[in-house]
Amino acid sequence: MLTRFANPARFMRASGALLPWLGVVAAVVLAIGLVWSLLLAPPDYQQGQSVRIMFIHVPSAWMALSAYLFIAVASAVALVWRHPLAEIAAQAAAPAGAAFTLVCLATGSLWGRPMWGAWWVWDARLTSVLVLFFLYLGYIALVNAFDDQSRGARAGSLLALVGVVNLPIIKFSVDWWNTLHQPASVLRFGGPSIDASMLIPLLIMALGFMLLFGWVLLLRMRTALNERKIRALRLYGQPAPRGATVAAPLPAASRT
Amino acid sequence: MTGLADWLAMGGYAGFVWPAYAIAAAVLGGVALYAWQRHRASGIMLARLQGPAEE
Repeated sequence: MLTRFANPARFMRASGALLPWLGVVAAVVLAIGLVWSLLLAPPDYQQGQSVRIMFIHVPSAWMALSAYLFIAVASAVALVWRHPLAEIAAQAAAPAGAAFTLVCLATGSLWGRPMWGAWWVWDARLTSVLVLFFLYLGYIALVNAFDDQSRGARAGSLLALVGVVNLPIIKFSVDWWNTLHQPASVLRFGGPSIDASMLIPLLIMALGFMLLFGWVLLLRMRTALNERKIRALRLYGQPAPRGATVAAPLPAASRT
Repeated sequence: MTGLADWLAMGGYAGFVWPAYAIAAAVLGGVALYAWQRHRASGIMLARLQGPAEE
């Protein structure tokens, strides 16, 4: 499957056909998830209605981690196999991942204030997610810091791989250290400890966020490929040679 | 009508629940809208440069 979509032209065709459907399905799933989260799900017996924040907080946390893992895997593929779409995919995923992390932090803060009595505490879970947010910002800044796009992409890929060490720290921080943050109640040994009336809307919202991420990812990858073609057309009046991943070498006339 | 007011009050947590959903909608909606708009603009620009041949 990786090699089948290695050809950017084929990717453009396939993603162009998929894009409208993905957008519609994402919107429908998110609408169902929102109605379920805000209207149908019962209030928690301890936390009351404030538990409704969970339906966006937890899925955005899952997406914050998943998107980073996606970037790291795509970066590894880019470094090892030089897959022409891998770097584009990694860079396309970063702003959406940062957005999910920001939503996770903001909604967590709004949930922590009434439940813990604090907007923020410097414990392991919260701090490691804040580090994840800065990793996203650092990756985006680093990729765009070089005049030579391929060098920026290489540096970004390395940063993304080094940052992977943060993912298990986030996941297991609630078990390794004392924390106000509650331990996992869905992805844990022995099955979920959360009631189905809350688990179902939670999973629907998670699916909606995943579809939204996919939609944004495809949009941004297609945009990057379009913009690459636009640059080549402006420079040479024709598209870049097949398989070229960066701007082609300077025309002979401009070399000294 | 009290049903709606009750729902909006969120059992006293309205000041936390609604901002949480508003921030999520603004941040995620903003990223999605920006991606969609740039995708559209890049497609139009490319079509203009290439002429009517592709897509």
